[in-house]
Amino acid sequence: MAAIGFKNALGLHSNALQLRAQRSEILANNLANSDTPGFKARDINFQHILEKSRQPDKVINDRLHFDIAQPGELTGSGRLAKPQLAIQPTHQQHFATSDSLNALLYRTPSQPSIDGNTVDSQTEQAEFARNSFNYSASFEFLNGKFKGLRNAIRGE
Amino acid sequence: MSLLNVLNIAGSGMAAQSVRLNTTASNIANAESASSSVDETYRARKPWFAVMEEALPQNQLRNQYGQSSPYKQHYLLDSKGINAGVAVKGIVEKDAPLEMRFQPDHPMANDDGYVYYPNVNVVEEMTDMMSSSRSYQMNIEILKTAKQMLQRTLSLGQ
Repeated sequence: MAAIGFKNALGLHSNALQLRAQRSEILANNLANSDTPGFKARDINFQHILEKSRQPDKVINDRLHFDIAQPGELTGSGRLAKPQLAIQPTHQQHFATSDSLNALLYRTPSQPSIDGNTVDSQTEQAEFARNSFNYSASFEFLNGKFKGLRNAIRGE
Repeated sequence: MSLLNVLNIAGSGMAAQSVRLNTTASNIANAESASSSVDETYRARKPWFAVMEEALPQNQLRNQYGQSSPYKQHYLLDSKGINAGVAVKGIVEKDAPLEMRFQPDHPMANDDGYVYYPNVNVVEEMTDMMSSSRSYQMNIEILKTAKQMLQRTLSLGQ
């Protein structure tokens, strides 16, 4: 019988919680820069990163995984339309970058402004609210796991 | 920790917007400050917003061959550098021409009878004021939400 470790017991909820916190940071940064000329709103593809974090064996360290951010690829709901491309370094000046870095995409502007800013406050605020609800959901799942573990330890 | 960083980001946004509100107040207060020469006349002031860059030191970002990046953009791409909030790079004066009014009786009138007035557009300042106050409110909401998320996290497992 496999031992009950934290890793097994908590599942992906701890990863999801961390990712939600990171996403809230990105969205807060978008909102803080809603009046900065030339600022491009950014976001991550949550589903894609979570999938990656669940399959760590498939990610080879010296291989670059670029997410080619095409216009229209990331919609307001964070859906990715195109399949992922994996790019190999072919030149010595190519930079190795971390996965979280490549996952940072640009949002497709719905109402571009003349100063080059692509932050749509309403979209960002809605996404931030949604993200905080999702954070609460992940938190509840994680909390439930801890309660379950505690019950198992007590054995009552 | 990411959530604590959200507080910093929202704080930087609030600070920037309050600077903007400050310049608006100054502009509106000085909208009718007359002067007898071009150089002494008040000019509308605007804050210059830019993304706060917390770039990694040169030696921390290297490619797989161990070379550090010569390009600034490589730092901007890094997630640590991009989520740092907004910074006020400086206050710039508006370039629009000053308003010349022919008022020979005015105590500040020059030899030709003209008085210079600032290039403040009060309508523009009012819209700026509304925009900055909304943005300020938005950052406060972000702060509130992040605070609630943090407080919930602290109660994990209880």
